[in-house]
Amino acid sequence: MHYPSTHKTTHRLHRFHGGLHLPDNKAQSTGRPVRQALVPELLILPLQQHIGAIAKPLVSAGDHVLKGQMIAAPQGLISAPVHAASSGVVVGIEDRPIPHPSGLSAPCILIRTDGEDRWCELPEPIGDVNAINPDTLRARIRDAGIVGMGGAAFPTSVKVNPGREQPIDTLVINGAECEPYITCDDMLMRERAGRVVAGVAVLRQLVEAEKCLIGIEDNKPDAIAAMTQAVKDIGLDQTTVVTIPTHYPSGGEKQLIKVLTGLEVPSEGIPARIGIVCHNVGTAAAVADAVLEGKPLISRLLTLTGQGIAEPCNLEVLVGTPVSELIRRAGGYTNAASRLILGGPMMGFTLPDDQVPVTKASNCLLVAGVGEAPDPGPAAPCIRCGECAKVCPANLLPQQMYWYARAKDLEKVQEYNLFDCIECGCCSHVCPSHIPLVQYYRYAKQESWALDLEKHKSEHARHRHEARQERLARLEAEKKARLKKKKAALKKKPTAAGTSADPKKAAIDAALKRAAEKKAQLAEKGVKPENTQQLTEAQQRQVDAADARRKAARPAEPPADAAAVETEQQDG
Amino acid sequence: MRFPTVTSPHTERPNSVTWTMLWVIIALVPGSIAMIWYFGWGILINMLLASLVAVAGEAAVLKLRSRPVMPAVGDLSAVVTALLFALAVPPLLPWWLTVLGVGFAIIVVKHMYGGIGYNPFNPAMAGYVLLLISYPVEMTAWLPPRMINEQVLGLGQTLSVIFTGTLPAGLDWDAITMATPLDTMRTQLDLNIMISEIRLSPLWGDFGGMGWEWVGNWFLLGGLFLLYKRVISWHIPVAMLVVLLSIAMLFHALDQETHPFGLFHIFSGGTLLGAFFIATDPVSACTTRKGQLIYGACIGVLIFVIRTWGGYPDAVAFAVLLMNMAAPTIDYYTQPRVFGHGP
Ligand code: SF4
Ligand code: SF4
Repeated sequence: MHYPSTHKTTHRLHRFHGGLHLPDNKAQSTGRPVRQALVPELLILPLQQHIGAIAKPLVSAGDHVLKGQMIAAPQGLISAPVHAASSGVVVGIEDRPIPHPSGLSAPCILIRTDGEDRWCELPEPIGDVNAINPDTLRARIRDAGIVGMGGAAFPTSVKVNPGREQPIDTLVINGAECEPYITCDDMLMRERAGRVVAGVAVLRQLVEAEKCLIGIEDNKPDAIAAMTQAVKDIGLDQTTVVTIPTHYPSGGEKQLIKVLTGLEVPSEGIPARIGIVCHNVGTAAAVADAVLEGKPLISRLLTLTGQGIAEPCNLEVLVGTPVSELIRRAGGYTNAASRLILGGPMMGFTLPDDQVPVTKASNCLLVAGVGEAPDPGPAAPCIRCGECAKVCPANLLPQQMYWYARAKDLEKVQEYNLFDCIECGCCSHVCPSHIPLVQYYRYAKQESWALDLEKHKSEHARHRHEARQERLARLEAEKKARLKKKKAALKKKPTAAGTSADPKKAAIDAALKRAAEKKAQLAEKGVKPENTQQLTEAQQRQVDAADARRKAARPAEPPADAAAVETEQQDG
Repeated sequence: MRFPTVTSPHTERPNSVTWTMLWVIIALVPGSIAMIWYFGWGILINMLLASLVAVAGEAAVLKLRSRPVMPAVGDLSAVVTALLFALAVPPLLPWWLTVLGVGFAIIVVKHMYGGIGYNPFNPAMAGYVLLLISYPVEMTAWLPPRMINEQVLGLGQTLSVIFTGTLPAGLDWDAITMATPLDTMRTQLDLNIMISEIRLSPLWGDFGGMGWEWVGNWFLLGGLFLLYKRVISWHIPVAMLVVLLSIAMLFHALDQETHPFGLFHIFSGGTLLGAFFIATDPVSACTTRKGQLIYGACIGVLIFVIRTWGGYPDAVAFAVLLMNMAAPTIDYYTQPRVFGHGP
């Protein structure tokens, strides 16, 4: 399909390897303006809708809560609070099925809404962002519970925290929305471009980026026009709306950065390493709401589409609304409905039933008809045709990774750079043998993390043991030295030099001891010293989940439900 | 409402092995028709017989291995193997040799290694080489192309030759068979006959053997079709043909009387069939782009070396099999630069 470009840009674009041109199937859901979803009778609010530590409930059953009230507080740096999406009564805090590939249950706060939808008292809007202390701004974003809304759900307050050695040069705003069917970012930009750009201004202020690039795929001419106008209206300098070719997965964080700047985020690194921070347009709008109006993140735009839905559309939904209610609002299921997918066709996962709530990171409910996602049939052996490698945006050799993942040779899979895989699904899509390749990679990643952790644990145990031995030996030596000194002192009078050496040494020893203890403490928590804390926490979560599952049942084959590995990789 | 859980991606898949193989078979059609036209019914009979044996053999092995028969046979890969084999062997090859060659290809070369995807060697070429080594006489008894063939055999006669070994009354093998142009070229060169003299024979066309050159053209067309359909990538055939042509031209330039000109190598024997249909067999070839270039180039070199100095008239099968062995190593050393990694 060719789209006339309404916005001429002189910005030089770059290419990434592979990728796919997919039928975009976006027109179905952009026909009508965004509507408000109804307040459901029961809100189900998972305590963990983000990467990082689970939030801690601040309410208990029977409490009356108001709309926008914080009902669970973040724990630790990488975490996010949860707010009541409407007013009502807390009827329980219990495990409920959450939107997760394996149909996991997790603790949720349940609110029976009272229909009044009464707001709590909100914090003061911050009018002039420039006049305010950045830490206050960051605290506002954190308190508003904002997480990456392109799907990654990484706490935004952490991402806008400088304190890095590397100054940020460019803020990249992801409006690519490259996955077929999904249009919530498109609609957001069309209808609320001003809000998005206001948020962009705040984010840019926070990361102190010199310039800002807003990348939008050329199949969204209306969004491009609206955003360009909004940038002009608000008068943001050094900010360019860049039209990029429609080419899946150009909305992947690393791919978008490459397309816009030509730079590659180093393997296993974050964009900040090359002076870039990337945020999704939805996140920017949420930041604007929080800063300019004091509103926490309790609602978002969500696309409902596919042949299985009567009236494909975009809704503004309250976080915590059960999927079934939203489907009803979109006219219900059609007879064609055969698969319920959260997310897009490439990276989304199927939901076993529609009672789960939508969360902050949910962007699309795709109810696919049989014709849209026909069963490809059983997988055949790999014929090594290399189609997968041809389309891999990370330029990997998916067939080799598959070979070793299947043989459970984790070391070899990693040698073939398993961890550079962004799970975009391009390889699985084109594979003539219909091998669920991504499935194998998720599985191999989880297994590797689990193994790493074990190795990690034993290594730290060894370190701890060594540290202890050292400490004991040192104490022993000190004791001996003191004894010796005492003896010497008995024999002759202490010299000035002798006395001054001792406290110095003691001070050093004490410092060493403190350091060793701290290391041991960290080790207990499973924190990898050389790694960034963010990654470790995310991994830890994955590993725990994998461990739990393994305990439950050791799967012979890569599990069909391998958890979505939500690192900060795919933001569009 | 409840829904099934299915793994991503949730899309209609554009490719399937069956379609890939079907495209290959379709692309073989023009070249096959040309061969049947020039060399008679035997080619067609061999194609049918080989396909039958391949499918039956594969079904039997799958049964023995207690694997589901239909999906594997339905992928048509056995048929492709059979067709490539049939197009490589002489038109009047006794039926039991076809059965032996194809049986070996499918049962030993393909399934002893685990079936499609696991075989390190190209089955059709392995079957061909087995026969060439064991039955050199039968395997080099080609027919002259129809324009210079005084004894064109009918369908019935051909069937009887292939299945009973009985020649039509009054004919003997020497009268109806003839070496291929490649074979002729090397035996005569071995006798120290100058190329200018060799080329006086009516066996020669404009740039290759009479008839053969057109067969080559039609296979080339099929190959271009495969490129167009993106069933194969250009890397292997282009590398192979360019290298073979360059070396041949270089040697021809050095000594015109003992080295045939470059195009002769391209349009003789199985070069074009090999370049587009055999060397590109994904299972046994290199899979990285750079690796495919090296793989193709080495096949080109080997074809020239074996044709010029080796003991067999054609070299495509040997060259491909030798490079099959090297493919995994080449792949290992030609991995692409991964996104975000240094050069
Ligand atoms: S696309 Fe599928 S069959 Fe082809 S090499 Fe990759 S994994 Fe193997
Ligand atoms: S899922 Fe991974 S291996 Fe497959 S194409 Fe995407 S990045 Fe490459």
